[in-house]
Formats: sequence, C-alpha cells, structure tokens
Amino acid sequence: MNQQRILELSVGAFVAVGLAALLVLALKVSNLAQVNRDGGYHLTARFDNVGGLKVRSPVTIAGVRVGQVSDIAVDPQTFEAVVQLVVSSQYRLPTDTSAQIYTAGLLGEQYVALEPGGEEEYLQDGGEIRLTQSAIVLERVLGQFLFNKAAGE
Amino acid sequence: MNLLVRLGAWSLGSMQRLGRGSLFLLAVLWRLPGALVQFRLLLGQLYSVGVLTVQIIVVSALSVGMVLGLQGYNTLVDFNAEASLGQVVALSLVRELGPVLTALLFAGRAGSALTAEIGLMKVTEQISAMEMMAVDPLRRVVAPRFLAGVLSMPLLAALFSAVGVFGGYLAGVGLLGVDGGAYWSQMQAKVDFYGDVMNGVVKSVVFGWVATWIAVFEGYDAPPTNEGVSRATTRTVVHTAFAVLALDFVLTAIMFGN
Amino acid sequence: MDADDLVILEGVRFSHGPRRILDGIDIRIRRGSVTTIMGPSGTGKTTLLRLIGGQLRPQSGRVVVDGEEVPRLPRRRLFELRKRMGMMFQSGALFNDLNVFENVAFPLREHTALPESMIRDLVLMKLHAVGLRGARDLMPSELSGGMARRVALARAIALDPMMIMYDEPFTGQDPITVGVIMQLIRHLNDALGLTSIIVSHDVAEVSAISDRLYVISQGKVLDHGTPQDLERSPSAWVQQFLHGRPDGPIPFHYPAPDYAEDLLGPDAT
Repeated sequence: MNQQRILELSVGAFVAVGLAALLVLALKVSNLAQVNRDGGYHLTARFDNVGGLKVRSPVTIAGVRVGQVSDIAVDPQTFEAVVQLVVSSQYRLPTDTSAQIYTAGLLGEQYVALEPGGEEEYLQDGGEIRLTQSAIVLERVLGQFLFNKAAGE
Repeated sequence: MNLLVRLGAWSLGSMQRLGRGSLFLLAVLWRLPGALVQFRLLLGQLYSVGVLTVQIIVVSALSVGMVLGLQGYNTLVDFNAEASLGQVVALSLVRELGPVLTALLFAGRAGSALTAEIGLMKVTEQISAMEMMAVDPLRRVVAPRFLAGVLSMPLLAALFSAVGVFGGYLAGVGLLGVDGGAYWSQMQAKVDFYGDVMNGVVKSVVFGWVATWIAVFEGYDAPPTNEGVSRATTRTVVHTAFAVLALDFVLTAIMFGN
Repeated sequence: MDADDLVILEGVRFSHGPRRILDGIDIRIRRGSVTTIMGPSGTGKTTLLRLIGGQLRPQSGRVVVDGEEVPRLPRRRLFELRKRMGMMFQSGALFNDLNVFENVAFPLREHTALPESMIRDLVLMKLHAVGLRGARDLMPSELSGGMARRVALARAIALDPMMIMYDEPFTGQDPITVGVIMQLIRHLNDALGLTSIIVSHDVAEVSAISDRLYVISQGKVLDHGTPQDLERSPSAWVQQFLHGRPDGPIPFHYPAPDYAEDLLGPDAT
C-alpha cells in the first residue's frame, strides 16, 4: 500500500514536471506569451523596400515587442511590399501611427517599429498604416554618402 | 552471385519482419483502450518507463545545454552577437536535440529494458502461462508498456529542452557573462511556439511511437532463449537509433524545409 | 466410454518446420485420473500439452477436451475453455514482478469481480493447500525451485479448474521436494476431483502416483496402460526406457558410418 503510494506520487511528479517543462517552453522560451494570436488584430503597411524583414519578425512600440509580421507580399500593381502585421489587441493605435523598418544593431534582425501619433480615432482590424518608412539598405546609404562626398568636393 | 542471393534473402527477411511488426502494432493498438482502463498497470509502467528515465534525461540535458552555451558563445562572440546565445541554444534544443537525444537516450534506458523484460517473460514461460490462464498477454503485458512509452516520450523531450535551455543559461550567463535579459528576450523573440516548440513536440510524439513500438516488438518477437533476448535488446537500441535519425531527417524536411 | 474421457487425442500429427514431432498420436485421458505421458527428452511431450491447451494446432487429427474440438474453437471460446484448465510450467513461470499472494490472486483478479476480502480468503486457501500460506509476501526470486512450483500449482488451481497439466514437475528437484510435489499432485487430484496430466521422464516417481501411463517415442505411442501393465510390456523399447538401461533398441550411438571405415576411410589423413 505504501509502495503503491510512492509509485503514484512519483508518476504524478513525473507527469507534472513534464507538463511544467512544456509550459516553460511555451511561456519562457517561445513567443507564445507575447502574441496572443486569437486576440491580435491585423494591420497592413506598405513599404518601398522591406530589406531583410521576414515573416515572424517582431513588431515593436517604443522598443517593446507587441506583435509580429504575419505575411509579406508584393502588390502586383504598385510593386510595393505589402506587410501584414499582427498586433496584440491590448494596444490600440491611432490612425496616424507610422511604421518604420529598423535593424537591431549592425548585424541584427530587422523589425517593424510603430510610432503612435495623436489622432483621436483608432485603427481597426484590417486597417492600413499610411505613414511608412522603408528599410535602410546599407549599400544604398553608403552609395549616397559617397555620392554626396564626391558632389561636395 | 552469392552476394545477390544474400541481398535478396536479407531484403525478404526485412520485409517479413516489417510486416510482422506492423501486424503486431495493429494488434497492440486494438488493445490500447483496454490499457487505458487498467490504470494501475499503466501507472506501474509509467514509473519504470518514464520516472526511471528522468535522471539520465536531466543530467544529459544539463550537460548538452551547457556545452551548447559554451560553444555557441565562442562562435557568436566573434560577430559581437553573443546576445543571440539564448536563441541559438533554444532553437537547437527545441527543434532537434531535445526530441532526438531524448529518443536515443530513451532507447538505451527504457527501450532496452522493455525488450529485455518482455523477452525474459517469454524465456521463463510467463507469457505462455498467461495465455494458458486465458489472459491475453498483448493486453496485459504489451499494451500498458506501449502506452506508457508513447505518453512518456513527449514529456521527457520537453523536460530535456527545458533543462537544456537552463543549462545554456548557466554556461552563457553564469560563466561567460552574457546579459541574462538578452538571453531570454532574444530567445523569446526568435522561438515561435507553433513553428518551433510544437513541431518539436510532434517530433517527440512520433519518436515515442516508433521507439516504443520497436522495443516491445523486439521483446515479443525474440526467440525464447537467453541469447535471443540479448540480441533483441541490442537490436532495439540500434534499430531505434536508425529509425529516429532517419525519421528526424524526414520530419525536419517536412516541417522546416519550407 | 466417451463421456468418461476428458481429453481425447486421435491421430494427432504435428510438425515443426520440416521436423515431424508427433506422428499419429492416440491418447485418451479419463476423468478423475492421473495420467502420465513419458518419453525421452525431445519427443514432443510438452508439444502435446500445448496442443491440448490450444497454444498449437495439429496439422491433422483431433484434439477434444471436455467435448470441444480445441483446434477449431474461436479465440473467445478457447479462452473460456482455458479458464477450466490449469497448467504448471516446468520453471513455475511465476510473474516475477508480483509477490506470491498476487501471483495466486492473478487469475482471480483477471477473471472474476470478487471483492477483495473473498479474493484474500481464496488465495490463502489455495496457498494453504500447497503449504505456503506463510510465504505469501515473498517475491518469486526469494523462493526455492520447489516452492516456486508449489506456488505455481496454487495459481493453477485458483480458478478451480477441471484439469491440471504438469510439465516436467520433478526435473531438477531434490528428493524431498520431489516427494512433496508427488504427494500434492495425487492429493489435489483426489481431493478436488481434478483430472491430472503429467509429462515427465522420471519413471519411478510418476509410476507411484499415476493411474495410467503412456510411453511415447519418435512421435508415436509405444505402449500404454497401468504401471503394472507396462512393467510386463513386451516392447523391448519400453523395458529399456522404464529401467533406464543404457543398451537396447535405443542405440547409444547417433547414426554414423561404420566406425572402422570412418577412422581408416578415404577422409582419414
């Protein structure tokens, strides 16, 4: 009887530890805690150039992750990149919010930074962010810099 | 000529074994609902298959995680990207090392024990005695062991990954001075729950089925002699390793191959 | 006559791969008797028990137990029949993860829904019958060979079967244990109204407790009858077997070419 209890206890502990490990993987290791997919809402943003942005790249406000890129496509008419963002529903963004693509550090990943504006109205699910600034492509910056230098002399 | 004959014989033999193994699996699956009802039996097997494997899983995971932390740091620091250490450690573990190493360790610890146990029950006529007592050994002996293996593997793999991530933290943050906040935040930024964690879980579920299947089949199919059982035990470990590595490649290609 | 026979084997043939093990065996076992099947090692005695228990099917011939054709029974009916058969294996075949009590309780737990108190009573009764009531908490690994067989016997009678089959019950036991098991077989048979089938090659022991003996060799029944009948058997073979003479119809030498030729022949170097 006593042995049976020890058995039950250890198996119970084993299952609990296993499930706890899964929970750690979900909440501490992965991004499940940050983006609640069901609760998030979609926004569209158009960029001339997305650089190295990828699906699942982070979306941040003031440097804090609030969502992620869910889809990247090219508009066949305008040849702009159409980026779908999922933003956690707890953040309501004014309609004049702007989106920029930045790079974290020199070699880091690229992410979409949102800068909320001051409008009274808020973006709805499926709304579009009109103010965008494309990714900074290093070659282009260098080229421009050299060109300016040359023109200045 | 002779070589061709041997190849042919070997292929036929393998096909036959695979066929017998599949029939055996079907027969066991048919009895699984019964195994769920026999809760006490399942409990005992969860203990010997799951609980007794925890120790080796935790120790291995801790050391693998720490080595990943050290090696990853050495590589990343050249690019000034040591902040990404958490991401490197976690992705390696969650996607690959967790499920695969757990399955290999499982084969060595629990799989071989299952084979030996069932094989020895055959040698000592316990299986035969059970049949003569009108008790179905597949239901009474094999099904609870199979179910326990299938249930234990994902838990063990999750444990391996979680402990491994912690091991990487110990090495990277504790020893090498990577920023702790960066370790976790970079990890969280790059590890997707559905794309990475759940795929790893799916892998471990598949491995659990295959590893336990091989173990119980080899035991049940072993010739009832001491030599037969010892050979079957070896085969369990070797075949599980092959099967897991091959399946891992296929699953990785399907899940992450895009 | 037929109703008196619990087990009937008629013209049973059984081959294992290319090897013919049983070649037309006829055996009748009367209800309430102790019948022993004797023969040299490797003549398919254990195979006979497995045929009776339905674990093997003969290639031809009939195996009838209690009026049922064993090889033709569907699985469920076969299992029903097996509940009425007990079998004691050579090694005892106790489940080594269960203690003595649980081993004897095993068939009861599997096949009945009796309350725990009744299972306890039944198990203790069966253990008492084999003299091991005090050993109920031991594990099989702690038992001597003789004790393990007695526990196996208690387990075999747990469901009050109509018959028990003993596979080599005396092999490798000390004289005292052999005596105890002999006593038990006879005593249980008479007290519980069982039918017992023993497979053995220990001539002296089984002669003392058997009502009938069958001697088989090379897949055939050579002679049968009461121990006294066999004592007077005209078959030289049976005489050789019963008295354990080294010489007789069963040659000492495995078939081989002529000795002198083998030594001096063309292969000799």
